[in-house]
Amino acid sequence: MNGIIEIEVIRLFAAYLLALGVLFLARKTGAVSEILVSLLRMSIQLVLVGFLLEHLLERPNLVLTLLVFLAMEAFAVHNIFRRVPLPTPPGLKRVIIASMVIGTVGSVGFFLVVIVGVEPWYAPRYFIPLGGMLIGNSMTGISLGFERLAVGIRDNSTKIEGALMLGASVRDAAHDYAVSAFRAAIMPTVNAMMGMGVVFLPGMMTGQILSGSSPVTAIRYQIAIMLGIFAAVALTVYLMTEFGYRCYFNHAAQLQVPSTESTPRKAPKLDVKRK
Amino acid sequence: MIAAAPLFRLVAVRYKTILDIPQLQLGALPVTALLGPSGSGKTTLLKLLNRLLSPDSGAVTYKEQELGSYDPVELRRRVVMLGQTAVMFPGSVRDNILAGLRFHGRAAPDDNELNTRLVAMGLRLELDRLPESLSGGERARLALARALLLEPEVLLLDEPTSSLDEATANRVVKHAVEGAAQQATKVVMVTHSEMIATEYAQTIVRLRDGRVQDGRL
Repeated sequence: MNGIIEIEVIRLFAAYLLALGVLFLARKTGAVSEILVSLLRMSIQLVLVGFLLEHLLERPNLVLTLLVFLAMEAFAVHNIFRRVPLPTPPGLKRVIIASMVIGTVGSVGFFLVVIVGVEPWYAPRYFIPLGGMLIGNSMTGISLGFERLAVGIRDNSTKIEGALMLGASVRDAAHDYAVSAFRAAIMPTVNAMMGMGVVFLPGMMTGQILSGSSPVTAIRYQIAIMLGIFAAVALTVYLMTEFGYRCYFNHAAQLQVPSTESTPRKAPKLDVKRK
Repeated sequence: MIAAAPLFRLVAVRYKTILDIPQLQLGALPVTALLGPSGSGKTTLLKLLNRLLSPDSGAVTYKEQELGSYDPVELRRRVVMLGQTAVMFPGSVRDNILAGLRFHGRAAPDDNELNTRLVAMGLRLELDRLPESLSGGERARLALARALLLEPEVLLLDEPTSSLDEATANRVVKHAVEGAAQQATKVVMVTHSEMIATEYAQTIVRLRDGRVQDGRL
């Protein structure tokens, strides 16, 4: 079989009916409105992106392609700060933005120019979907790494200060927390590589096979993209943790854990029944 | 006892609303006690001496040089501090007693020397043992041995005995003062115990509400 079977609009509505049917069954879970909003957002976002990609693929344009890439970066950075409700010390936001940009631009550039050998290098058919995958995975990695770093330093501040009191350098006092944040952040990518092809068939490969590519071609792309994702996640998270932990210290090597007053942690509700 | 020149001088030092010291000299004699109730600014004052905190205004000098002119890490290697909590780092008793030397990038002495240091603190511990099973008093003395092994010029003790009973606390301070005296390390210690202050210190500085009430020999 060559080429993919087109899904007609009417059949697409059948897919919505399936989702709505399941939603009807789940109406008592209290999540109906949230699911409806997410269905609506997914549909509108994809339709808009579809039109944009259609336009871009027909008329490849360097500026427009870079603008889309920048918009993806900006959305990813915004999402990182929104998803991790922890106070950031001065300078850490800049480190996170720089890590995202350097890590993803470096990996996407290497991927397009050296691995795939795209001509021109900004060909949107490759640049945008590959860039999106690398940015999305790096965003998840940095969110996880940032959270682990912040919590690690906050929860071990007595130990870190104890080391500083003995004359430890900032690196000796706190680098271990950067290392464990790095490990935690790349773990999902490592696990994904472990289970790939056995536990699940990755989306990109499935998409290529569905669209008529041979499984061998699809697998080559999938191996390359997984290595690209790993490189992008590892590079962004490494930069973030390696430079990020230093933001918790000032020029006098004093530990500065930002106050959590702006985002108070709620005490857990205790379910105590009194007789 | 003939007083030598004071090691630390504080002039017009203010830190938030916690501390307001127009003038103070510390460390002329071997042991100085900072005495006062909790919340009187003792720990803050101690942290200002090795630049774990910086004053909002005023000047702190060590050996007649402003603290700001020292590299902060180098300063803390000469003016070592021990906090209220005896921090244990990952690893065995050996790893813990050697942690300070590792931070300083200095060579580790052999096990005999380490055992001698522990015995001097009244401890008999297997060096391979994990510190998790140690009592509060044992941890405090292990932390003290670790700090003294660095042979600093000054040892700042932030009431390392606060969680111990009186007899154990007294023993720990005695080990600290004797150990420091043997290697000519001067001690500035925070305490709320009048008894400990008068027994071990030649200088007592009394603090209340962030102000010096009395600094006498």
